[in-house]
Amino acid sequence: MLQAIADGILSGSIIALGAIGLTLTMGILRFANFAHAELVTWGAYMALGVLSLTGAFMGPLAPFSFGVPLLMATLVAMVATALLALAIDWLVYRPLRGRANHLTLVFGSFGVSLLVRMVILLLFGGAAQYYSSTLQIAMKVAPGLRIMPDQIFTLGLTAVIVVALHLFLQKTRLGLSMRALAENPELARVNGIDTRHVVRWTWIIGASLAAIAGVLYGLTVQLRPEIGFHLLLPLFAAAILGGVGNVFGAVIGGLIVGLAESISVLFIPAGYKLAVPFMILLLVLYIRPTGIFAGTVGGGKS
Amino acid sequence: MTGFAAYLVFFLIVALTYSIVVMGLNIQWGYTGLFNAGVVGFFAIGAYGTAILVGPDRTHLIGGFGLPFPLAVLGGMALCALAALIVGLATLRLREEYLAIATFGIAISIQLVALNFESLTGGAQGLVGLPRPLFGLFDSPASYNLFYLGVVAVMAGLVYWALETAVRSPWGRLLKAVREDETAARSLGRNPARVRLEVFVLGCVLMGLAGGLYVGFIGYVSPLDFLPILTFQIWAMLIVGGSGNNRGAIVGAVGVWALWAMSGLAISRLLPVAYQSQGGAIQVILIGLLIVLTLIFRPRGLIGEAESVSKHAD
Repeated sequence: MLQAIADGILSGSIIALGAIGLTLTMGILRFANFAHAELVTWGAYMALGVLSLTGAFMGPLAPFSFGVPLLMATLVAMVATALLALAIDWLVYRPLRGRANHLTLVFGSFGVSLLVRMVILLLFGGAAQYYSSTLQIAMKVAPGLRIMPDQIFTLGLTAVIVVALHLFLQKTRLGLSMRALAENPELARVNGIDTRHVVRWTWIIGASLAAIAGVLYGLTVQLRPEIGFHLLLPLFAAAILGGVGNVFGAVIGGLIVGLAESISVLFIPAGYKLAVPFMILLLVLYIRPTGIFAGTVGGGKS
Repeated sequence: MTGFAAYLVFFLIVALTYSIVVMGLNIQWGYTGLFNAGVVGFFAIGAYGTAILVGPDRTHLIGGFGLPFPLAVLGGMALCALAALIVGLATLRLREEYLAIATFGIAISIQLVALNFESLTGGAQGLVGLPRPLFGLFDSPASYNLFYLGVVAVMAGLVYWALETAVRSPWGRLLKAVREDETAARSLGRNPARVRLEVFVLGCVLMGLAGGLYVGFIGYVSPLDFLPILTFQIWAMLIVGGSGNNRGAIVGAVGVWALWAMSGLAISRLLPVAYQSQGGAIQVILIGLLIVLTLIFRPRGLIGEAESVSKHAD
């Protein structure tokens, strides 16, 4: 049970990072981006690509399984993922914005998700891959609880990012514009907020966080082209559970989804684990569609 | 029959089966603007429902009711209606996106049930050796396939006729009214959420019908026939043919399925064996490009929706 909770918090923090980006784009750009989880996969594989080009020329930083190269690769992956998100926005979403039925954007992202997934499969192949072949020894923290140093790093990094993002949204001008656009687009425009500028930065932040989530997923689980496809439902469940547009809510939502998934394995066959986020989603939509913390764009029709 | 003619019959049976799914999606998306991201889930529910009801009794499996084929298909369709109600009641009074997300979720969950609930679905092996309707009356598989093509064509024709009648009725005009201007529809005393639910369930039931017909033709169910890619293929068929038009739905189903079959053939002939899996990825990329490019450059598809103008307008 203790182990399940620890594992749940870990996978929950990765889901949280992905869900933050998703909730920001859902709140500010106002559409459910089915391709968001593919940005997670893309980020994870871009880091792998950088590593395979440069090689792990410096030894790992004990006690972690990775070293400076992976940190550098993560930075490159963040840039590459932000560029992909901006390119998709320019090529696909820009021409579709303003169509009478705003679900056309959802449809477009649905098609894009397939394309990104298949391009990754084409570039890197379908087999499972790892950043490092060295085996990491789990530390025994308490009776019945083993944690790997990489997992502690993942938790710490997530906490730092959430605090940093919170300060960014509260204290900076850009953060304020983003919140304004999420809450009331018309009013924000009237007040001279450059929508295109905010949209651009929303993609950059969301995609960078997705890339980090992807690297952390690759670090603690493994890399497969289907990462994103399997993460999409947990991400949506976390974002809606926390209230769409609510960053803090997405984090709590992510942790709840992660915990529910890993604890569920104690009670139901592991094969059904992926259906747990769907059950959470249905429950939220039936009982409290605005999420635990009312988001900027709640469940009501907009 | 020559090999090619036999293949053509086989191809048309599958394409026309899919055209029923596309028409189900068309009433949801094309006429009412509901985004169903889990088409394959409802197709699978219909197929597995039919298989479980029609299958012979087997000791290690739940089910095996040995029902007559038409009754089994109706049972599969009823299961689809139930699944559609569960998803629809949760989401259709909310923002439109939530239906898309929930249908995506149900498709994944159905896939998990198909793979893991072995005593009901046969797991990864699926359910094999299902009786094919009236198979005993034919002396060769080829003549049976020809007969089955007739069955599927008649069913597709019936669905086409029923939908065309429905969308020309006052109820059909209501669908477009809800899609175009929900507030206006509500001010005329209509209940948009209810109309949406009716349409969503109807479309899903048609997908279930197609699933049942598919099982009757191939005589088994396996999770491999219900992969997520099918949802994208069905969407490509709809958007290429032109959403909001049932003729377009049929044209798109046959056209895209032909494109899929031919690109698969080309890849297996042209690419060396070592690159076959990459070839599969290219085939799927074609489907993705078809969706995205049509959406951007030719949103009305090949045929598109007919203008509907009141006869009282100038």
